[in-house]
Amino acid sequence: MLAKEIERAGIPVAHVCPLTPIAIVVGSNRVIAGVKIIHPVGNPELPPAVEKEFRMRIVEKALVALQSKVEGPTLF
Amino acid sequence: MELRRLRVVHYLNQFFARIGGEEKANVEPRVIEGPTGPGRAIQNALGERGEVIATIVCGDNYFSENVENAVDEIIPLVYRYQPDVMIAGPAFLGGRYGVACGAICKAVKERLNIPAVTGMHAENPGVNLFHRDVYIIQTGPSAATMNEAVSKMVQLVVKIAEGEKIVGPAHDGYIPRGIVVNEMTGQTGAERVFEMLLAKIQERSYESEVLQPKHDRVVPAAPVRLIEQAMVALVTDGGLVPKGNPDGIESVGATRFGEYSLQEEVALKEEAFDVCHAGYDSTFVKQDPNRLVPVDVMRILEREKRIGKLYNKFFSTTGVGTTVEDARKIGRAIASELRAEGMSGVILTST
Repeated sequence: MLAKEIERAGIPVAHVCPLTPIAIVVGSNRVIAGVKIIHPVGNPELPPAVEKEFRMRIVEKALVALQSKVEGPTLF
Repeated sequence: MELRRLRVVHYLNQFFARIGGEEKANVEPRVIEGPTGPGRAIQNALGERGEVIATIVCGDNYFSENVENAVDEIIPLVYRYQPDVMIAGPAFLGGRYGVACGAICKAVKERLNIPAVTGMHAENPGVNLFHRDVYIIQTGPSAATMNEAVSKMVQLVVKIAEGEKIVGPAHDGYIPRGIVVNEMTGQTGAERVFEMLLAKIQERSYESEVLQPKHDRVVPAAPVRLIEQAMVALVTDGGLVPKGNPDGIESVGATRFGEYSLQEEVALKEEAFDVCHAGYDSTFVKQDPNRLVPVDVMRILEREKRIGKLYNKFFSTTGVGTTVEDARKIGRAIASELRAEGMSGVILTST
């Protein structure tokens, strides 16, 4: 819902979400798989420095999504 | 036992009552004795079962320009005839007419306790407004389908008058009212769902008992062209809030959102934040809020000039049990601020 309203205003949204099938069905256009509900862009099992790298990978994917042309709900 | 003939009052607009076209759309409510126009088709369909004792006519503009007034004027006219049932229309695609029919039927049912049925095309604006309150027979788009419409309307209204069980929209031909009714069937839910699954796997047809909501699609916004110059904002529905939840964002069913300054922070600090979202175990996010709102890596990207700038606030709300309406409102408010600030892109992180 949030993603769609912001998108309606003409601003591209990269939606990082652990439950990607839901995001796709509801209609977010640029969807990136989050890690888990309890830590969408984190992984406590990793040592902190590695976790930060891991987080960076996900955010980088989000940036790719923001720069990509899409026709409809797309999983990145 | 001989059933008493049903007394039926019929509502028509100026066009179907043959008073005139658009030029007569302002005519005030008046009564014609007996059936007129399509009322005759209704009388034919009723046969001996009922009698159209009166027809109330009102101009579409007169009605739509002051719905409440018009209803107030028409109700006593209906009451005078003490009908058993009321039939309005059918309105097909006539928008003002459909709204009038819906409004009259609703009022007659609620204020006079008289069952009422109308008919119109599924895309008539009257459907959106009244389908929850009124039996609306689904008709074709024009009066070419009058006979079929009349037949279904009469069948349904007679059923209601005689206290017969209304089976449901598919069977009785009316537009679903969005009411869920419990009933006993021969099979348990488990048996029915299993059969549905088998049908699905075997590519046979099946009918869902629960209708899936239809989600609207939004045309994708154009992609960011120059990411190194772009201003990007972070938004979350994971309910990350400053300690103490100063804006009182609800833990379930949020009706509002917060915007929280990032100042020059290079990362979100554990001691400054709380999670108000009651729908997930927030332990890991509380330990390190960047696991939900990735400020730390966004700052690195900013420093490395891989994005232009991280917006100096992040937006947060609780995304559990939020009504669609509230989610839309929150989304629009956030969108409006982002647009005013010239945001190039948003990263939304959801739990």
